[in-house]
This record gives sequence, structure tokens and C-alpha cells, in this order.
Amino acid sequence: MENLGVIISLIIIFGGLAWLFWRSVQGREVERRIIFVFIFVAVAAPILFPITFEEKATPVVKSLFDKIESLPEKSKVLISFDYDPAMQPEVQPMANALSRHCLEKGHTVVFMCLWATGQSLLTATLESVIKPEFPELVDGTDYISVGYKAGNEGVLNVIVSDFIRMFPTDINGTPLDSTVIFQDIKSCADFDLILAVGGGRPGPKEWVLFVGDPAKVPIGVGVAAVVAPQLYPYYPRQVVGILGGVKGAAEYETELAAAHPRFDEVDKPGLRMMGPQTLAHMVIMAFIVIGNIAMFRARRKAE
Amino acid sequence: MKRSTYLVFGGVVVLFALSWIFKSSVLEDGVYSNVWEAFKVTLAAFLTLAIFSFLYKDNPLYKFAEHLYVGISAAYWMCLAFWSTVVGNFIPRTFESLSAAFKQPYQPSSWDILGIPGNIIYIIPVLLGIMLLMRLSSKYGWLSRWPLAFIVGTTAGLNFVRYLRSDFVAQVSSTFVPLLGTPDSVSVWSSFDLNATGPVVALLSNWVIFIGVFSGLVYFFFSKEHTGWFGRTSKVGIWVLMITFGASFGYTVMGRISLLVGRITYLFGDWLGIVQS
Repeated sequence: MENLGVIISLIIIFGGLAWLFWRSVQGREVERRIIFVFIFVAVAAPILFPITFEEKATPVVKSLFDKIESLPEKSKVLISFDYDPAMQPEVQPMANALSRHCLEKGHTVVFMCLWATGQSLLTATLESVIKPEFPELVDGTDYISVGYKAGNEGVLNVIVSDFIRMFPTDINGTPLDSTVIFQDIKSCADFDLILAVGGGRPGPKEWVLFVGDPAKVPIGVGVAAVVAPQLYPYYPRQVVGILGGVKGAAEYETELAAAHPRFDEVDKPGLRMMGPQTLAHMVIMAFIVIGNIAMFRARRKAE
Repeated sequence: MKRSTYLVFGGVVVLFALSWIFKSSVLEDGVYSNVWEAFKVTLAAFLTLAIFSFLYKDNPLYKFAEHLYVGISAAYWMCLAFWSTVVGNFIPRTFESLSAAFKQPYQPSSWDILGIPGNIIYIIPVLLGIMLLMRLSSKYGWLSRWPLAFIVGTTAGLNFVRYLRSDFVAQVSSTFVPLLGTPDSVSVWSSFDLNATGPVVALLSNWVIFIGVFSGLVYFFFSKEHTGWFGRTSKVGIWVLMITFGASFGYTVMGRISLLVGRITYLFGDWLGIVQS
């Protein structure tokens, strides 16, 4: 039934594209709303009738995966949720996968956010991923959430030398200096790895500028696709790896499931979104080709 | 307003009510347990559709959703600024009794100035904040220039050092890449392998970085006329820039499609319940 749905959807999309091509070649205008309908169908069809593709981690994703994999047990990892609900569809899968991986490897994880809106998304990860999948882990001993602190880059500028000064308590109001985790963490320099997940400002770039480089702490980043190109120049010397957009998330989920089979059964939203992504990109590429053919044809006619 | 507008508006209200009732009945023995949850899911779905309706053309439903978003955002950020900055950062460092009232742990100063607790220094940002608000007054508006100058000065100073280190020195350093093979990979060509992580591809990447940076810099060098070999190198620079913009655009498309996938998944999953959300 699903295959039939996929086939019908593909026939509708590509049949429609052929019709558009014919119209364009004849020099007739294409209403912009028709283009919106095509994009909607290209995105909606693979959601209704899921299409999945094989993903293989690229070196830039694999290096971050290998870094977490190679850290000794009980390493201290900081994960910062610096994004908002608008970025959630593409960034939350990365945050979930990275959190799963760190806790599965037995690392001690500190969660925080530089965006106020990140707080509720961090809570979603804690409630829907960490607590159900790692019930044996203890809040405050194996992981801790220190929540949000206002101040943007100012916060980074302080925690690079004194973490507790900026975050005196965790999210539940427990003084950090009384927790097991913070007995040997004084500043960001005491972390073995920092994972900055986000896409705006302050975000992964600011983590590199204000914490990674000055404190010489390895930083891995998971970023919204829009800002991914800005982070690539930092790889591999200033960041250990980059998850760029939903493609990066899908690659990471695949790698995680391959290395830790118990995660093969959990939901993989990154991988799930690659179907609509692929089909929508094919449609957009077809539009570019059709548009160019029509333009060159019109230009030749005019000459 | 035209009669058709009233009809459309009435139709939307009826559809909303039907959807809410239907969702409430479905949720009773499902994911949610009350009518209020059904209302929230339905409202979010209708607001999503109202925003999407702009793709057809501008309309009152879109305007309503847009204004609602702007108004709620402004109120949300104002409340958040109070709770996170005033209650979260200022009060715990200055007033012990207020800290207790807001259930914030008091952070006493670890140093003093002639017997006065060092926390008194936090009065300065409060004064600067008040001066910034003087912008609303035509008579004392000039006072707002001082805190503004402070903000510009500290931000520039702070960013200058960070950007100089990470975006200039470190990036220049990253451009010095081996072009003829690294000392530990002497046999680059003897073990020819086009694996993405192999030495041949790494070497080619180094050449791309070198040519890209060099030609890009030549393109932005305007003190010499872009003719001859200089002009040809500059043309390569333009191509490099165009490819970069293309890659950025590709990533942007991916990001935007992800957002659309997120909303459609919400509509089909949380609202209509026909797919897994």
C-alpha cells in the first residue's frame, strides 16, 4: 500500500513537472502558486507514504561521532541547546542523538542553553529521550540541567573561567557546588568536550570564538542548515565535527544505530525527514532546469 | 467588508469548532485527556494554516495570525527579560530579602570596598539601564548616548579579541596547508585511493583551499586593474565565490524544507493523527 502511494505520488509530481516543462517551452507563464503546490506535494507525499534512504556518515560527521566514541567513560561533556521552536525540526534530532550517544557511552553530561526558548526544548529531550531511555541514570549524578541564563556572549565570557558564578544552581534550584558532577568542574576548560547545538546568535560560532579557542576545549557542533556553511572553515582545527542540517542529523542517527544496535528501534526523525528533503530538492532542481531552458529558448527567439 | 469575507470567516470558525470537538472526542481515550489540550492542538493547526494562506494571497486570517504572533512574541520576551535578567541575574546578587521572595539563591559578594559589599557595583548597570530608557524623553534623551557608547565599546572590544584570534589568526593558519603531501604521507601517489578520507582527496582538498583563498583575495584586490593573468585569477575568484553562494543557497533550501516538513508533520500527525508525529 505504501509503495503504491509512493508510486502514485511520484507519477503525480513528475507528470506535473513534465506538464510544466511543456508549458514553459511553449513560452507560457507558470503561476507561482503552482510551484507552491508542487513543493507541498513533494514534501507531503513522503510523509504520508514514507520513503527512506540509506545514509552513510561523511568524514565531518564521523569525526564527531568518533570523538564521543573514543572519550573514556565518565568524561565530562557539556551540551548547549541554543535554538528555538523554528529550528526544532532540524536541530532537535541532532540534540537527541548526541545526548543519547553521550549517555550511552557513560559520559557525564551537563545540559544548558543560551536561548530562553531552548529551555523548553531541552526539557523535551530530558522527558522524551533521557528519562524513558536511560531510567537507571540519576539526575545530578550522571547528568544535570543548569537551564538558561540571560547574557548571550557575556555568559560564555564568564563560564570560560568560572562556571558556577554564572550558574549557581541547577534547574531544580540545587546549588551546583553541592552536586557530584561539579566537584571537579570549575570552568569550561574542565570539560572534555563541548557540543553546541543551534543555529543563531549566540550559537555554535560563539562557542568556538568565546570558549573553544580561548580555553582550548574540543567543540563539536550541530547546526541548522542555514548557518552550516559559516562553520565549515573551522573544521577540523577549531571544531572536531559538524552536523549540518537534517542531513547531518540523519547521518549521525545512522552511525549511532550501527554502533549501538539498541538505538536501531528508536524513532529517527532526521532519517525520516530525508525522504521529503530528497523529493523536494529534486523538484526544485527540476524547476531550475525548466526555468533555464525556458529562458534560453525565449532569448534565442528574441534574437 | 464584503459579504464573501463574512462567509469565509464564518466557515473558518465553524471548521475550527468542528475540529476542536472532533479532536476532543478522539483525545479522550488517546494521547491527551482533556478539551483544553484539544483546543491548543487545533489552534496551533489553524494558525499554521492561516500563515500558509498567505501563499495564496494576503488575507484577514493571515493578518490575524501575524499580528497575534508579533503581539505574543513582544509580551513573551518582555516577561522573559524580567524573569531572566532582573530576577535571574540582578536580584540574587544585590538583595537578600528579595532573592528569598523570588526563591532565588542569594549570591553574596566575596569582596568589599572600604567595608561596603562589592555587590554594590551591580547598581551601575541598573543606572545605565535607566539612562537608556531616557531615550523616551525629549529633554533628557541625550543621557541614553552614554550607555549606548558603553554597549558599543564593550561589544567591540570583546569581539575584536575573539574574532582576531578565531576568525583571522586561526583561519590564516588553517590556510597554510601542505600542497605536495605531508611528511607522513610520502606515498600519496603510490597508494592511489579516491576514498574521501584518503591522502589523495586530502591533497586535492588542500589545493582547492589554496586556489580558492588566493583567487578570492585577488578578486577583492582593487588597487590593480583586473587584466591579464591578474584578471584571469580574479575570474577564478568569482567562480569560487559563486560556488560558495550556491552551496549556501543549497543549505538554506534544506533548512527551509525542514521547517515545512516540521509543520506538515504537525498537521498530519498531532492534528489529523494520520501519521506518526
